[in-house]
Amino acid sequence: MTLMTEMGQKAFNLGVPIAVHMDVTYRCNERCVHCYLDHDDHGEMTTAEIKDVLDQLAEAGVFFLTFSGGEVFTRRDFFEILEHARRLMFNVKIKTNAVMIHEEEARRLRQLDVDTIQISVYSHRPEVHDAITKLPHSLERTIKSIRFLRQQGLRVTIANVMMTVNSSDHLGVKKLAAELGAHYTLDPTITPMMDGDTSVLSLRIPGEELPEIFHNPDLVGSQEEFCAPPKPPSKEDLEGYSCSAGHSYCYISPYGDVFPCVQFPLPTGNIRQQKFLDIWNFSPQMKEVRSIQAKDLTVCSSCSHVSSCSRCPGLAYMEGSMRGPSTADCEKSFYRTGVPTANMLQQGLSKPRTTAPLIQIRPIAVPA
Amino acid sequence: MPENSIYIARSSALAARALAGEMMVMNAADSTFFTMNEVATVIFQAADGRTPLQEIVRDRVCEQFDVDPQQAQADAEQFVAELSSHGILLVSNRPLTAEAPR
Repeated sequence: MTLMTEMGQKAFNLGVPIAVHMDVTYRCNERCVHCYLDHDDHGEMTTAEIKDVLDQLAEAGVFFLTFSGGEVFTRRDFFEILEHARRLMFNVKIKTNAVMIHEEEARRLRQLDVDTIQISVYSHRPEVHDAITKLPHSLERTIKSIRFLRQQGLRVTIANVMMTVNSSDHLGVKKLAAELGAHYTLDPTITPMMDGDTSVLSLRIPGEELPEIFHNPDLVGSQEEFCAPPKPPSKEDLEGYSCSAGHSYCYISPYGDVFPCVQFPLPTGNIRQQKFLDIWNFSPQMKEVRSIQAKDLTVCSSCSHVSSCSRCPGLAYMEGSMRGPSTADCEKSFYRTGVPTANMLQQGLSKPRTTAPLIQIRPIAVPA
Repeated sequence: MPENSIYIARSSALAARALAGEMMVMNAADSTFFTMNEVATVIFQAADGRTPLQEIVRDRVCEQFDVDPQQAQADAEQFVAELSSHGILLVSNRPLTAEAPR
């Protein structure tokens, strides 16, 4: 166990929110075909409100802070927010499309000692990337920005969301990342839009194509380990929890809504109405999320994959129950190992159901 | 300013936060991550660049922990030298400026 993992576990055990993901805006200069957000501004937190939230997060013990959006650089005050965050000594990671990062912005990010900049790149081919972002020359601009960031010695991660329209390009993006000196990650997760529109799910990689990814050692590392059949769950596994959502991690929207995770749209409170720590410590919803152990799961507790599945309680919640299965993860477990899941067996399916009806994050109404 | 005073200040390139009495620190330059025990955390939190190390040891360390003052001073100087070599603490014989971790 690394020291960082050890401290993460300590925070988990103590119920300290060691990591927070904060979207500072949903506005964006790109219109990605798979994006689930409503890009209109419905009353984002002001600079002063965000600074106050950051003060509260520091007091609460948050160490890892991710700023994301929307596109964070569409906020004119983003550097002011970032400076405040670094003054409070957060470890800061930024998720961006980088289009608005020029030499000066890269230099300021270096001066502020940002830990990592994660940048979305969908393809190494401009015609594919730009068709996804719907912003002409966006790949060219993004690559130029990555070079500025790398020249400053900043750590860059290229995040490659994989979908039907770019499914053959991941090796090209990985090669591009290597050329740019950037780390590379691949994610095949597509979620529905905030208004519940599930049409974007048609962009998901069909389950039948997942084995090709899961059995590619260039993408998953040790295939033997990654694709190993599940081990019988131990007592410890059954008393374990799904993930850090609500235990040592949470998500804050641009409107001040607090959720257990960016992918877990269960409203737990609003920072404009309550102190962060009051929501974190006393929200009944947070407490409920925290209470769920593997043995409490309606279907998954009897599943052979229970100890190794990446089951996301947020996706399960979007499917209808935070104690239920997450079909997308059933699919991954099945195509990773070839062993059917309890969810599939219960439904008499020889392969997982693909498109599950999901809901997404909606702002909580805040009285004017 | 007392003669031979050592002033210590935290580098601005750090991320730091206390977790149950232990200070977690990450150096932005090389992503090294480490933790400090309670005594080291007290010194690190007091490293405001204005308070001499001798005063930190006398008023904070010896006040809060049952330690021999001479041994505490020697250990503190060793701790400061080590963190300084990693760029975590800035050391000077004149006052410095520093950020405050929580």
